[in-house]
Amino acid sequence: MFRALPSKVFRLRYMPAITLLVFLTPVGAGLISSVLPAFGYLPVLGRSDFSGEAWGQLLHHPAIPASIFTTITTGFAATIISLGLALFFVAAWYGSPSYKKTRKMLAPVLAIPHSALAIGLAFLIAPSGWIVRAITPWATGWDRPPDVAIIHDPYGLTLILGLVIKETPYFLLMILAALDQTQAEKRLTVARTLGYKPISAWIKAVQPAIYKQIRLPIFAVLAFSLSVVDVSLILGPSAPPPLSVLVLRWFNDPDLSYRFMASAGAMLQLMIVIAAISLWFVVEVGVSRIFRSRSSMGKRHFFETEIKLASKAGINFLVMLFSGSLLVLVTWSFTWRWRFPDFLPSVWSFHSWQNNLHNLAESAGTTIAVGLAGSIIAIILVVACLENEKQRGKNAGSGALWLVYLPLMIPQVSFLFGVQVISIKANIDSSWISVIWTHLLFVLPYVFLSLSDPYRSQDNRFFNLALTLGSTPSRAFWRIRLPLLLRPLLFAFAVGFAVSVAQYLPTLFAGGGRFATVTTEAVNLSASGNRRIVAVYALLQAILPLIVFAAAMRIPNFVFRNRQALKGS
Amino acid sequence: MTNTNTFHQPENSVTASALHLQDVCVSVENTKLAGPINLTVAPGEIFTIMGPSGCGKSSLLAAISGTLSTNFKVSGDIFLGSQSITALPPEDRHIGMLFQDDLLFPHLSVGENLKFGIPAAIKNRNERDALAEKALDDAGLPGYMSRDPATLSGGQRARVAVLRTLLSRPCVLLLDEPFSKLDVELRDKFRQFVFRHVKAHHLPTLLVTHDPDDASATGGEIIQMANTFT
Repeated sequence: MFRALPSKVFRLRYMPAITLLVFLTPVGAGLISSVLPAFGYLPVLGRSDFSGEAWGQLLHHPAIPASIFTTITTGFAATIISLGLALFFVAAWYGSPSYKKTRKMLAPVLAIPHSALAIGLAFLIAPSGWIVRAITPWATGWDRPPDVAIIHDPYGLTLILGLVIKETPYFLLMILAALDQTQAEKRLTVARTLGYKPISAWIKAVQPAIYKQIRLPIFAVLAFSLSVVDVSLILGPSAPPPLSVLVLRWFNDPDLSYRFMASAGAMLQLMIVIAAISLWFVVEVGVSRIFRSRSSMGKRHFFETEIKLASKAGINFLVMLFSGSLLVLVTWSFTWRWRFPDFLPSVWSFHSWQNNLHNLAESAGTTIAVGLAGSIIAIILVVACLENEKQRGKNAGSGALWLVYLPLMIPQVSFLFGVQVISIKANIDSSWISVIWTHLLFVLPYVFLSLSDPYRSQDNRFFNLALTLGSTPSRAFWRIRLPLLLRPLLFAFAVGFAVSVAQYLPTLFAGGGRFATVTTEAVNLSASGNRRIVAVYALLQAILPLIVFAAAMRIPNFVFRNRQALKGS
Repeated sequence: MTNTNTFHQPENSVTASALHLQDVCVSVENTKLAGPINLTVAPGEIFTIMGPSGCGKSSLLAAISGTLSTNFKVSGDIFLGSQSITALPPEDRHIGMLFQDDLLFPHLSVGENLKFGIPAAIKNRNERDALAEKALDDAGLPGYMSRDPATLSGGQRARVAVLRTLLSRPCVLLLDEPFSKLDVELRDKFRQFVFRHVKAHHLPTLLVTHDPDDASATGGEIIQMANTFT
């Protein structure tokens, strides 16, 4: 049956179009259905007269100015700090042992959902958190937690920190991928033999090439930081919150008339992201012009020691926060009694796990089912597209890459409401189909991004050799192409699964509140103050993708245990 | 290219000193790749190391320039004149290097590539431009300052790469088969171009190659390196 599939039912050459339809239709239609209510058109609520009323309401809302300000400052700060730290760290430490050590940490850090880390971070740095407990009372003299707003601080500093912990490793990964395609090693050697110190050599000879490759990921991170909902709910300012949280609050308001203002807010969110990306573009042109004219002035050093020390300190700080956040989640999940300012719980227990076993199993089951379904569908679509490229002998251009990144650059709050409206019309709202499909919008780009390079660079001669030996194309595909790609296939699958597990807003909107995943539970409970239960859910959020990643790493090693050439490093 | 001008800086000839290798060995995981090698290259002399591919001659050059990857081990001593440079990072050794590929930076223009090489001590933009332009004139490439390196022919790119290295005022020049990728006719012309500049700049020069024609064209000393793996 499978053999007939690729050749007959789904003609391979239609696959890119089908894939684009699958994931661009909901985005486009969702955007349109979100725009209309912003102008007063929402027949479901009995309104079909166009008006600018919602916009007036929105712009006169007392929380809006401060909310926009917070959104912009935290979004840009998180992106710039993460990008700077990642670039400077690679510039200063490329090839060193600490670089290799950091490289190994990337997969686990990236596998763990933002919201799980954010919850751990909150438990770590809150006034009653682990760090304060570690130095209290001997260093502080406090007998109760100090009354300062560290979590939900009005400037969004904790929110920025929470984002930086996840975005820096993401940028590191993107830089690593770009390095392989830019002859970085040779460029560095040339610059060094011309007398350039390591960091200056990197910035002038390698960075321009790297930057071109990571521009789209930068835009995706910028858009994400400007519009993230779950991390903002857990760590961000609350009075007023960033715009995305405000919009979500209006969408969820029992007073349905708030939907109109919510839609206008969602559009405002989209405009902010578009303006931010445009601004970045403009500044980038200016900055690169300055850099270029500087690079022909012959200066051969650039804050070498300072950058070296600062970037190492920065990365170590993030690694510490990351490890601490995970550890504190583990500790809280096995805590029965843990008084302030004890460093460790006085009574440990499995109660938090046992008492919630039913709910835990149910939400984990939903998470796994949606994650598996989404990743498998994504893998099938992506493989079909890439195989089509192979057969036609040409790669999709850079335009296709922009399309792939599109769902990652459009704020989720800006189109998910529209997706919900459409799915209600299509009678698939709050169903498995709508949840999995909505997850697919975010899973597919990441699966494509992690699979496309290894797939495209696979040596075609193996496939062609199989054909010359009399094998049919489909046999060569199943027996030669895919087995040789087992490692990247499983890795892409794990990436897709991790992305799916992390989705908060898509589950909320597409599931109509009827689908509880570990992530929606963790985020919704995070405001409850019951640290033991929140820790259990957040830990489960982290464990599920980690298990899948571990399996994705180990399975190929087992399958290829007697195949020297295919063993992992 | 028949031009004999070489834009050499007189101060180079004053400070020129010889390159000495003393018992230099390159090894990886306790397997010896090259050496022990003892040799002296006088300023303006071209010393040739011949050997089949895989005999470790490129690793030897990387060891001398300090750009060998960290899983290789280098023993012995490298001197410039009487000063040991063995422990210095590559950027402080003042050793210019030419590779098989020209490795012009594709994000910079021809002129910017050249100015990338000129020391920062020359601060005046006009002066830097003038130096780069003069180098291009002398290499038969007048008016190429703002050209994209990708639009140049292989031979032109190779010449620009040489100019970039020379403009950085190296004390030693290492040539890692820089002629091998050019076609035969061009190869001879380019060889003469490089050798003329080496002489004019009084650079001690070490050439590794597997082409006997390269070796005989230098008119200097030649040593053979055997393949240590066989």
